[in-house]
Amino acid sequence: LLMEKYQNAVSPDLMSLFVSPPPPAQEASLTNGAPVETPSPASTSSLFNRLQLDDDPEADVRDPYTETAETRDLFVTVDDPKKHVSTMETYITYRVSTKTSRVEFDLPEYCVRRRYQDFDWLRMKLEDSQPTHLIPPLPEKFVMKGVVDRFSEEFVETRMKALDKFLKRVADHPVLSFNPHLNAFLTAKDLNKRQGLALLTKVGESVKHVAGGYKLRPRPAEFCAMGEYLDTFNQKLGTIDRIAQRILKEQSEYLTELREYGTVYSSWAASEEELRRPLEGVGGCVATCCGALDDLGDGMSQDFLPVLREYVLYVESMKNVLRKRDQSQAEYEGRLEAAILRKQEDRTPMPAEVEKCQDKVECFNADLKADWERWQSNKRQDFKLLLTGMADKNIRHYEKCQAAWESLLTVLQDKQAEDKTHETN
Amino acid sequence: MLCDVTAPVADEASALMEICVAEAEKRNGRNTVNMQETFTVYLVETRPMDAVAEGRNPAPDSLWRRYSEFELLRNYLLVTYPYIVVPPLPEKRAEFVWHKLSADNMDPDFVERRRIGLENFLLRVASHPVLSNDKILHHFLTEADSRLRALSATFRVRNPDKRFMEMKHYSDELQSHTSQLLRARVRVADRLYGVYKVHGNYGRVFSEWSAVEKEMGDGLQSAGHHMDAFAASIDDILEEEEHYADQLKEYLFYAEALRAVCRKHELTQFELEMASQDLVSKKQQHEEIATGIVRTFSFKGMTNKLFGQEAPEQREARLKLLEELIAEGEETVKEKTVECEEHVDRAWVDMQRFKEQKDKDLREALINYAVMQISMCKKGTQMWSNAKDCFLKM
Repeated sequence: LLMEKYQNAVSPDLMSLFVSPPPPAQEASLTNGAPVETPSPASTSSLFNRLQLDDDPEADVRDPYTETAETRDLFVTVDDPKKHVSTMETYITYRVSTKTSRVEFDLPEYCVRRRYQDFDWLRMKLEDSQPTHLIPPLPEKFVMKGVVDRFSEEFVETRMKALDKFLKRVADHPVLSFNPHLNAFLTAKDLNKRQGLALLTKVGESVKHVAGGYKLRPRPAEFCAMGEYLDTFNQKLGTIDRIAQRILKEQSEYLTELREYGTVYSSWAASEEELRRPLEGVGGCVATCCGALDDLGDGMSQDFLPVLREYVLYVESMKNVLRKRDQSQAEYEGRLEAAILRKQEDRTPMPAEVEKCQDKVECFNADLKADWERWQSNKRQDFKLLLTGMADKNIRHYEKCQAAWESLLTVLQDKQAEDKTHETN
Repeated sequence: MLCDVTAPVADEASALMEICVAEAEKRNGRNTVNMQETFTVYLVETRPMDAVAEGRNPAPDSLWRRYSEFELLRNYLLVTYPYIVVPPLPEKRAEFVWHKLSADNMDPDFVERRRIGLENFLLRVASHPVLSNDKILHHFLTEADSRLRALSATFRVRNPDKRFMEMKHYSDELQSHTSQLLRARVRVADRLYGVYKVHGNYGRVFSEWSAVEKEMGDGLQSAGHHMDAFAASIDDILEEEEHYADQLKEYLFYAEALRAVCRKHELTQFELEMASQDLVSKKQQHEEIATGIVRTFSFKGMTNKLFGQEAPEQREARLKLLEELIAEGEETVKEKTVECEEHVDRAWVDMQRFKEQKDKDLREALINYAVMQISMCKKGTQMWSNAKDCFLKM
């Protein structure tokens, strides 16, 4: 039943390009395509996976899907950024590593280099070929030259993490991960040539839902609720982003004053004898706190803000999918109405087209609901991680400062005790 | 603005003038250590009082003076009239209260209050029966040159005790550093306040957000409360820090007192030197008259050469007078020497005591400061850990 659903959603030509049917693990999924929550029984493939996990600690450190790790059989990583300089342009490529036991892949391991353009291409292809599914967002494509340095370590690092997240989300999706474009992206030596993919490209575009021109219908309640939620959530994301930025600004100004404050202790120390060490000590502690504060600021702008912004993009993607669903519904109900009218007039049977549309809509709704649940669950994990990360950064900051002051205190108090014994002697 | 005077008044007395400090302006220039600085200058305007009384309205004479010049004037008056209670100047620096918007000398309110204070000072001095006759004061009000600066040089002592000079230099340093520290601390406190308070916004947005979430709602809501608590915690923290600021302020003012002791030494030493010089010159005069040998150029010597010697009776009379003056002078020198030595001994003892007290007190203050910082860090860690627990429950 599941296979039929997917077969209907894509054109027959595309179907023939599938190397073989999906592996047995798929049969254990729920009918709406959601991943299995409980671990599958021990099998060679899952044992292999567990071993893989041990080899690659990075795969689940920041990964919210650790519960489903044992059913996973496709692992992807984006790392190792490198700058390429050619006569025409300068750009960055990233290493995309794949480890898999899936039969769709000829080899168990792949290693290719890809640039942002390639990721963009992949996303476009996924959107075209899987219009009923939510495709994870990519980091911003355009950056204002002169404002942001596209080749700075920070920018590249942030972008790379976002690309890694994107690919991992795709790889963990029960439907998207089997998309042939993904396969090509992960395995093709040279994506630019796109020989074998030319057909795919053409085919992909023919699948695009062209539902323009149909009057939009009222959304079913559950999708309305989704839309409303997304609007509110988006708003809150924006607010949180502004607050975080404001905090960064205030902290930066605090840091400036704090640095100056520390130097006053040091310059005072120079004119003192007995008090020199204590004053220098305080100056040193303040300097340490400055360093810790600097780290906190860096951490927040590199780890916190980009993820927040990514979710704004994610919300946009989700809204787009909702809109596409609306269009699909519009087309169906439009055709249905027209057909009913014609049927009333000249008793012609329900055209096959209308039934196809109905299937499309039902398919869309089901996929969307499944993706929504998955998205909600991922969002919960992502934000749990994000916010605990923020808390951790702040805790670490305070711990560093506390340690510095405590060690100074011991020194000062020891000297004080020493002096007291000298006095009494 | 009119000055009230009851004592006999010299022609050039400042009491005969209408005085006001009309305006204040910012200037940029180089200071004594050749560093760029911004400072405020005040416009001192004067008009002869009789002109005002007669109904004429001549344009006032005016010149710009900065605070440090007022200080020089006052120091000169202190030294020259040690038996006079000299009117004080308004405070040199702005108060160090953290919740004020601006605590620096450029704050317009501070400048305005200072302008009034400086005017008040001049009026009091100019209406004083003794001080108003002072030439230097008159100069300060009417001549725009910096004779005051040269004057302060001539009051420099020739043989001050080196330890006292070092101590005076140290008191300047102490004053400078404590005031710098207090100012910097205020700026830091202002900023830190801002950082903590902005976190309160998280409380509100988490609460709003939790309203649309199912499983995440509770965790978010309670985390928001911890963020509110975090934002509120800064009030107590900064309140406590005021105690540390007070300890620093005490030593800021102590530095002034230390400086005063050093200046007193300068004064006694100066008076001793003056008395000694006076005695020496009188003895020389005596010798000249007694031996007839003119060692140094003197007007009397010249007139004697030009217009002939004086009569022996006159000579005897002068010698007798000089002997009396010399005897007096020797007494004065003895007294001044004792005064100076006593001051040096007693002051040195107390300055040592002060030094030990200062070292002990300030070390304790720094220890307390470290303790406060540790407490602040612990509170911060606690709050964020509480928030983290809530996030984990999301």
